[in-house]
Amino acid sequence: MLENKYVLEALQAQFGDAILAAEESYGMLSFEINPAKNTEIATWLFEHPELKVTFLTDLCGVHFPNNAGKELGVVYHFHSFENNFRMRMKAFIPVANPTINTMTTVYNAANWMERETFDFYGILFEGHPNLKRILNVDDMDYFPMRKEYPLEDATRTDKDDRYFGR
Amino acid sequence: MDELLSNAFPKPTAEKEYNILNLGPTHPATHGIFQNVLKMDGEIIIEAESTIGYIHRAFEKIAEHRPFYQITPLTDRLNYCSSPINNMGWHMTVEKLLGVEIPKRAEYMRVIIMELSRISDHLVCNSVIGVDTGALTGFTYMFQWRERIYEIFEEICGARLTTNIGRIGGLERDFSPLVYSKIREFLRSFPAAYNEFMQLLERNRIFMDRTINCGPITAEKALSYGFTGPNLRAAGVDYDVRVMNPYSSYQDFDFKIPIGTSGDTYDRFMVRHEEIMQSLRIVHQALENLPAGKFYAEVPEFYLPPKQEVYNTMEGLIWHFKIVMGETDVPVGEVYHAVEGGNGELGFYLLSDGGRTPYRLHFRRPCFIFYQAFTEMVKGVYLSDAILTMSSMNVIAGELDA
Amino acid sequence: MKESKVNIAEEPEGLKGEGFFATSLEKVVGLARANSIWPLPFATSCCGIEFMATMASDYDLARFGSERLSFSPRQADLLMVMGTISKKMAPILKKVYLQMAEPRWVLSVGACACSGGIFDTYSVLQGIDKVIPVDVYVPGCPPRPEQIIDGIVKIQELVKSESLRRRNSDEYKDLMASYGIE
Repeated sequence: MLENKYVLEALQAQFGDAILAAEESYGMLSFEINPAKNTEIATWLFEHPELKVTFLTDLCGVHFPNNAGKELGVVYHFHSFENNFRMRMKAFIPVANPTINTMTTVYNAANWMERETFDFYGILFEGHPNLKRILNVDDMDYFPMRKEYPLEDATRTDKDDRYFGR
Repeated sequence: MDELLSNAFPKPTAEKEYNILNLGPTHPATHGIFQNVLKMDGEIIIEAESTIGYIHRAFEKIAEHRPFYQITPLTDRLNYCSSPINNMGWHMTVEKLLGVEIPKRAEYMRVIIMELSRISDHLVCNSVIGVDTGALTGFTYMFQWRERIYEIFEEICGARLTTNIGRIGGLERDFSPLVYSKIREFLRSFPAAYNEFMQLLERNRIFMDRTINCGPITAEKALSYGFTGPNLRAAGVDYDVRVMNPYSSYQDFDFKIPIGTSGDTYDRFMVRHEEIMQSLRIVHQALENLPAGKFYAEVPEFYLPPKQEVYNTMEGLIWHFKIVMGETDVPVGEVYHAVEGGNGELGFYLLSDGGRTPYRLHFRRPCFIFYQAFTEMVKGVYLSDAILTMSSMNVIAGELDA
Repeated sequence: MKESKVNIAEEPEGLKGEGFFATSLEKVVGLARANSIWPLPFATSCCGIEFMATMASDYDLARFGSERLSFSPRQADLLMVMGTISKKMAPILKKVYLQMAEPRWVLSVGACACSGGIFDTYSVLQGIDKVIPVDVYVPGCPPRPEQIIDGIVKIQELVKSESLRRRNSDEYKDLMASYGIE
């Protein structure tokens, strides 16, 4: 069994300042990185002879509108089957320039997950082979999961606001 | 004359011509709404491109606007073939966030429900593989047994398909005597009927010829594409969340993880078959060793009080009101919890800012992740094999598009 | 005869005598159509699974003369829309409807198809009656197979009593025009 502390120290020894912050939340190692290094770190974790973090469990976006300069985030969940060790890696990027390296060079699974994240949050993954909308209609002109956009359909006509307390 | 003929039938040119075939999104053979634009050389697929999102319902956006309680009905509609697993997965995620300890009895009851729904999920998939190879008989027989499982769910929670079973902190009510007798009856009579179904297909020459070497995937490829669940196990990787990260007391039960070797359709079929058998074993064990005690944890902030208390005590009424209005506080934090769903690792990434709704809730939907390998798996195979590959991967549209 | 379990469709109103039966053509056609509806299942999500249960042996839609699913819209009489229809799917649904030959009926199964259901979101069409006319709505999320059968029976009643000239009426043409269908 790997210890969270051990893995974090290994990461810090290798990447130093690129690991911006780290915490343990509900038993899972969670660390924030410099967004420019995401692919490099994932590759290192993948090829590490002991850690063997070879499975990308999940990739999703988050949006913190009040977090100036770090509005958009990409959250990666990795899993090392051999060590039964899970970890979470986060990278935050500014909404004005939402670009980050693609993970498709390391994992094939990242392909659609990155497309979904682009579809929802407008995060541009540099080097992605086919970055276009996946779930929504192609001609949609906004990124619906960003906090400023409403959940409800704006074109709906049958709703009378008086009955909804608005 | 010769000239006329040669004009009527132009000579083949050096460059080969391909046909473009649009399969879906409402094609009956795809059992769901998936669109694949295929480049065909005769009957062989040269290239495929999938389009998804035809029932994108914005689950994650809705989840950001609903109190924790009201998210359970959303999870129902993810993989609707085994909705209780999704419900319980979500409840366990919230319980992890709250740090709630669940009584053993509730955990065992959950295991019984989850394994029954796993059986019903795999039954659909396996019988549909039968349909796609031309054996409709198995489908009509197995759906009778799915109805029996539905009847059990109906007795437990009142609904058939989208069950909304359980609560944060346990289950809404104890099993009634009828539930026990129905489960016992199911365990007693199902294996014989299922055996009959398997005899129809398992060693059937036509079925084997159709499915062996149809849509295979190697373990490395499968891992790179993020496969989990039966599809990954068919490729030969023994990864099962129930064993690797046991939840809900799965460590107490004795069961095996079946694995395949080549990851083809037949292996997927057989892995699902064996998982049904193992699920039956788990239900047996859980039923035999069902501990006595409470079926819910003491979390008044989240567990709806019984009606008796709501009407007769002040606290009960207050909690009832607060829960229904979604006014209970939750801790700040982020948590990832995964359960073994019908199709693989179903994960919930919950980011809470202490508000009444999740700040961000992401569903790790196994179907969405492994379906992207489909275009590569069908390269160079016959069209009819591609259909079979798709149905054996058990892609559920609701889970795919969220 | 009374011992037999075989049910025969009720005969329409008419003049009966020895060796002959006289009624209006409309009623005969209605009777024939109603008991041999070919449905086109347009199943997208959860309700589709309940439809599978309806087709399967426990509920057996064949008892109502609808066991022959027509997966081609060209030969279908009844379009059964089951499940959520998103905005991405709406044009396809309309295209399928347009491909069907008259007379055609539409059964909307489940809360999502009827009204958008619990998914009042940016991506979901708020009821299929925004794009195509609907004859019978079946509520429920998802409806039980009994409810789906009830919807089919309601459609049968409509089919039985429909005038042969209805599809030529101005009222019907106006209805189609309101959906932009010529």
